Amino acid sequence: MRDIVKTFPGVRALDGVTFDVSAGEVHALVGENGAGKSTLMKILAGAQPADSGEITVDGAVVAIDGPRSAERLGIGMIYQEFNLVPDLGVIENIVLGVEPRRGVFLDGAAAANEAAKVLGELGIVLPLDRKARRLSVAEQQLTEIAKCLVRKARLIVMDEPTAALTDREIAALFALIAKLKAQNVAFVYISHRLEELPRIADRVTVLRDGKAVETRPMAQMPPDDLIRLMVGRALENHFPELPAVAADAPVVLDVRGVSSASGVRVNDVAFRVHAGEIVGLAGLVGAGRTEIVRAIAGADVPTKGEIAVDGKRVVVRSPRNAIAAGIALITEDRKAQGLVLGMTVRENTTLAHLAQFERGMFIDKPAETAAANAEIAELRIRTPSAEQIVRNLSGGNQQKVVLAKWLIGHARVFLFDEPTRGIDVGAKAEIYALMVELLKHGAAIVMVSSELPEVLGMSHRVLVVRGGEIRAEFARADATPDKVIAVATGVAA
Amino acid sequence: MADAKVPQAAEKAQVKAELTARADDVAAKNRRAATIRTTGIAVGFVVLLYVVNVLAHGNFLEPGNITNVLRQITVNAIMAVGQTFVIITAGIDLSVGSLIALAGVVMAQISNALPFGGAGNFVVTLLAGLAVGCAAGYINALPVVRLGLPPFITTLAMMQVARGLAFILAHGQPIPLRNGAAFNWLGTGYLFPGQFGFPGIPFAVLVMAVVAIVFSVLLGRTAYGRYVLALGGNEEAARLAGVDTVRVKTLVYVISGGCAAVAGLLLMSRFASGAPQNGTGYELQAIAAVVVGGTSLMGGRGTIVGTFFGALLIGVLYNVMNLLHVESYTQLIVLGVVILLAVVLDELRKRYLAAR
Repeated sequence: MRDIVKTFPGVRALDGVTFDVSAGEVHALVGENGAGKSTLMKILAGAQPADSGEITVDGAVVAIDGPRSAERLGIGMIYQEFNLVPDLGVIENIVLGVEPRRGVFLDGAAAANEAAKVLGELGIVLPLDRKARRLSVAEQQLTEIAKCLVRKARLIVMDEPTAALTDREIAALFALIAKLKAQNVAFVYISHRLEELPRIADRVTVLRDGKAVETRPMAQMPPDDLIRLMVGRALENHFPELPAVAADAPVVLDVRGVSSASGVRVNDVAFRVHAGEIVGLAGLVGAGRTEIVRAIAGADVPTKGEIAVDGKRVVVRSPRNAIAAGIALITEDRKAQGLVLGMTVRENTTLAHLAQFERGMFIDKPAETAAANAEIAELRIRTPSAEQIVRNLSGGNQQKVVLAKWLIGHARVFLFDEPTRGIDVGAKAEIYALMVELLKHGAAIVMVSSELPEVLGMSHRVLVVRGGEIRAEFARADATPDKVIAVATGVAA
Repeated sequence: MADAKVPQAAEKAQVKAELTARADDVAAKNRRAATIRTTGIAVGFVVLLYVVNVLAHGNFLEPGNITNVLRQITVNAIMAVGQTFVIITAGIDLSVGSLIALAGVVMAQISNALPFGGAGNFVVTLLAGLAVGCAAGYINALPVVRLGLPPFITTLAMMQVARGLAFILAHGQPIPLRNGAAFNWLGTGYLFPGQFGFPGIPFAVLVMAVVAIVFSVLLGRTAYGRYVLALGGNEEAARLAGVDTVRVKTLVYVISGGCAAVAGLLLMSRFASGAPQNGTGYELQAIAAVVVGGTSLMGGRGTIVGTFFGALLIGVLYNVMNLLHVESYTQLIVLGVVILLAVVLDELRKRYLAAR
């Protein structure tokens, strides 16, 4: 790809980016949110046209004018949000669009053979007759990879492939990538998890503000350099200093014996969070951490148990009750649950507390705008104005809009579910700093995170969840990775 | 390092000032763009009407004909206003045509049964009609909000049930109004009749204007309207933001049923009778007006003003074709093409704006 330029309303997303990948190579692509990684890859995959620049495959200039033509050129794309048809089975998804036929009819046996062949060669085991909606995240990803391989992809682009995987699944994925490399398949590997890059990448390119600032062999790119290149400044410490919890700090959130039965069953969960305290919920994906915070916030209706905020009992039957009691849930999936993408920054910011902005029967729009502008400044949301449609913002800035929505409500309890998933180092640091700010105002925070360093670095206490129950509690000083993992995986009680 | 991350007061103030300045800028630019757009549309419309007028040998711009067009669109426009709310939530209401008939029949019977005439008769009849329409809308909404059934199905069922009920109640015959005098003004009357060299403004048109303005304000300026739009854009996000999605969604069907009842009242007043076959196929006309008016069937986007102009465009089209003696079969084809064209143009406009 050479001199690729792409502009959006008010933003020059890509400003002459040049980028190449060799056969059998894993080329990592890193950069802050909004640096242009996704846009560059969408152009390569034919999902968006470039304004100018050229793309060559095997030395020949090619025109990629749609996903089909990218596919013909052997380019496979695996987005962070997978593109499987939920109600089709694994085989049907793998051969979707390239179904073997016998005359006018689909040839199911040939499809099964083809899928089995690709999977067998790589030693992948998948429940072939299961519908995609019932697959785990890792299984969905393997299905996506198989889908690329059936199409004879020679270059596979992976966007944040490990964001939702457990450590074991990540190891399996890396082994699979190594196998495919040996067969001369090339990879573009987009990730925010910088610590995993040395394990997998041959070369790395850093994008910043729509420009490729540097490409180096991974072996010659120490993490400090990488971070400095990404943010354009040095970040010596990942996590801010957590202020100590006062000895006499009152209990803000008191969860007593809460159970729920939506998704992973939550069974008899009880814990307390004090003013100025962060409690981290650690555990594997599917352990029930998300379900616990969803039950507290009324997103799922608890079947049993009591919740009290500042000593006052709260009956949580819906998100409305929880919000009224001062509980804010910052969901993990901002696009599906956190934002109305077609609405403006202003409208999203005030949605949960619109009553504050009503004057008589009507919404006071100037007051709304003022509140939204204050949050834009406070959170450094990169947007041309409060009237920008949220869909046009980058992922990290969208996440900040979600935070803005809850900050204007003066909540007492903040439940963060994977607050930094899929966002870059700079935005992460800003979100951590914001948490500290909230603590200083006496808020109580519960944080769910799949990144162990994050849980350990940003919690006063760590609760380990497995099978919808709290299995262990560690004070900050005692919480070591091996202890937490031992409980999370069931090695230790 | 913490102080490097949390913006300081001075920086915040500066960003806010910038945003405010830019907001003023953006607002000025938007106002200019809006003025240009409105002027363009107005000029285009006037030129078009003039051409049409010439083609129609000067009959179109006759004051009598213009009031005629406006009166002809009242029923469809009022139904379409309610339909707009439903469609913004990504729903659909197929029952409104039948509800016109059911509400009309019930209102005719109630009016005839009342021992008094005059304004009292009118008011009680109106309230009865609204009760029928709103109740039907509520029943439409119940399976949608409680069981998550598709509104296409529940309102399709209501379309059949309400039509059948109307025929049974009326014994298959139109029910003539005994107190026609109480409804005449609404059916055929004018405000300022014959003054200013003008036939006057039909009361039905005034009712349409009031309905359109009230619901336009409800959608655009109140929390309820914002919730309707938010729910249409992302229902789960709205629910997690504390929006009472069950109530908001139920109300859109109640609004649609209520609007259908008002449309039924106009139709009944005009013909001085409630007929069970009234409003057949009207639901599709209303949906057409909403779609032509720029509301997305995917939900999350739409305006009442757009819907009004959608209904107006369709009404003008019919009128012009009648004046030009276009055969009624051909009229159907033209209308179909116009609906498609309107949506295609809207889509192209969106792409153009997105690409800029």
